[in-house]
Amino acid sequence: MEKFTTLQSRAIPLQIENVDTDQIIPARFLKATDKKGFGDNVFRDWRYHKDGSVNTDFALNNANYSGTILVAGDNFGCGSSREHAAWALTGYGFKVVVSSFFADIFKGNALNNGLLPVQVSETFLKELLSILENNPETEIIVNLEKQTISVNETLSESFEIDAYKKTCMINGYDDIDYLLSKKSEIEAYENATS
Amino acid sequence: MKKTLFDKVWDAHVVDTIKNGPQVLYIDKHLIHEVTSPQAFNELEDRGIPVFRPNQIVATADHNTPTQNQDQPIKDELSRKQLEQLSTNCKKNNITLYQLGHKYNGIVHVMAPELGFTQPGMTMVCGDSHTSTHGAFGTIAFGIGTSQVAQVFASQCLLLTKPKSLRVSVNGKLNKGVLPKDVILYIISKLGTNSGTGYFCEYAGNVFEEMSMEGRMTVCNMSIEMGARGGMIAPDQTTFDYVQGREFAPKSEDFDKKVAYWKTLPTDEGATFDKEYFFDAEDIEPMITYGTNPGMGIKITENIPVEENASFKKSLEYMNFEAGESLINKPINFVFIGSCTNSRIEDFRVAANFIKGKQKAANVTAWLVPGSKQVEAQIIEEGLKDVFDAAGFELRQPGCSACLAMNDDKIPQGEYCVSTSNRNFEGRQGQGSRTILASPLVAAATAVEGKIIDITKHLN
Ligand code: SF4
Repeated sequence: MEKFTTLQSRAIPLQIENVDTDQIIPARFLKATDKKGFGDNVFRDWRYHKDGSVNTDFALNNANYSGTILVAGDNFGCGSSREHAAWALTGYGFKVVVSSFFADIFKGNALNNGLLPVQVSETFLKELLSILENNPETEIIVNLEKQTISVNETLSESFEIDAYKKTCMINGYDDIDYLLSKKSEIEAYENATS
Repeated sequence: MKKTLFDKVWDAHVVDTIKNGPQVLYIDKHLIHEVTSPQAFNELEDRGIPVFRPNQIVATADHNTPTQNQDQPIKDELSRKQLEQLSTNCKKNNITLYQLGHKYNGIVHVMAPELGFTQPGMTMVCGDSHTSTHGAFGTIAFGIGTSQVAQVFASQCLLLTKPKSLRVSVNGKLNKGVLPKDVILYIISKLGTNSGTGYFCEYAGNVFEEMSMEGRMTVCNMSIEMGARGGMIAPDQTTFDYVQGREFAPKSEDFDKKVAYWKTLPTDEGATFDKEYFFDAEDIEPMITYGTNPGMGIKITENIPVEENASFKKSLEYMNFEAGESLINKPINFVFIGSCTNSRIEDFRVAANFIKGKQKAANVTAWLVPGSKQVEAQIIEEGLKDVFDAAGFELRQPGCSACLAMNDDKIPQGEYCVSTSNRNFEGRQGQGSRTILASPLVAAATAVEGKIIDITKHLN
């Protein structure tokens, strides 16, 4: 897993609530047996019309926007547990997703893939979205160590992250390393309960 | 201290606790399928880590399988490869696999309870969000991502922060024609799609106590649709009777010992929950959804609400419905009875009971997809297939099918499908398809009439 400390980037606004994992990566693209290539199909049915032409109304296709931060509406990542959603977002190049609410499984999947979910207040999100609408070139700074997200001097907020997960993100560790170090405790548990 | 059902099962599985961090939770049973496991096997192989407890893993092929001609080679190359990969991985790692065509094959959340793998007091996971289904047995069961599948492969454990507790109580007498599906659709329509996020839910009250195991599974299945990681119902005599005698359930003395333990699991009187909701059974009617998330549900007799927000409007635009209109008499061309929510024998009995002696409307394509080979066999044995055949319904072979449309079972662009599945997301049943979630009774009635009808009138 890649390490994450701070990030300064422009952002892409996605003014949609309840973005479910079926939209992030539709089921018909889940036939692969590796993690590669999902980025090409992220938000496939919103990015392209059914005839394959580009939907120019969709945020990711708007030339005014770029960057590695996705700013989305409330309840992002609900629905299926498919980690392919996280692979699709990282595959496309996103490193941070900002929303006022994340679904549980998606949040865990994102963290396990070095994609930082930053949960902000509804008012912050609203302001951020309106700033991006008026000034698409606005840069956002996400500082994981300090747990802050800031747009300028006045618009800044701190966000929550599990202390253990924060350490993992900063150091690029994953849970398998930790669990393997607990083998003897796990075996002791098995012996005690069987 | 007074404990909840969830506390009791969780606490019994904690191996270790990280200071100010998550806990190491032991997992009793790990279910896997072809779509979310290959990358986890790759990960282990890349890192040279063996599968730690292969005999606690059960595999099935369900998401990506055809529902016709299962005895023949799969035409779609990518699907075929994904299934082959599953077989190879299971063989290499000594994992039991019920592959396509096997008499125990089926949707993971239908076959595991049916075979007695699912038992009260266990912890169970699967790389699939509807793992919550198994909570019907008083089991802590929840969906995980592929990285976590790899973690369980490597250690039979997961690192987790204990979720908060939520209880939803429904008491009273259910109205005629109200099925377990209506109960859960009603709850979600009242609570919304994220009220359960961060919580594990217990369903309590006489409505659930009187429900069959099949019904309880339908309810727990959709816990994820209100954001909860899982749902649970206290194990009781109904649970024990269901488990007893199943292929992989404990036998004789072993079983009695287990039952004695299972009886200690229900929530202690006076135990507190972080959040509680109460509903009256009498308020629930047959339900239907009109939008693109499962929280957008109404009583079949109600009109679509009128709301101003952008997401609501976008959703109605996708569905091509007007705010304020009724769905009664809407012509429907597709009906799907299947998915891990409603593909158990009871669901097909309900459908057959309504369909018997009637004919499917000419405009309707009606797919009936059993949840497992065993359900399929039972449908034939009980003579339900004859009812379906005579009425013009198409009984297919088991699998997830049009629930997620990964195989060829897709609803065409722009068409409505009244479906007994659990998600009405945009394009869930095929690109551009429009899903209306309902119970197997409402689905059967829609297929017969070729349009949505007020089922309550037909029953009285
Ligand atoms: S039937 Fe549908 S919801 Fe259930 S496991 Fe299959 S795809 Fe998932």
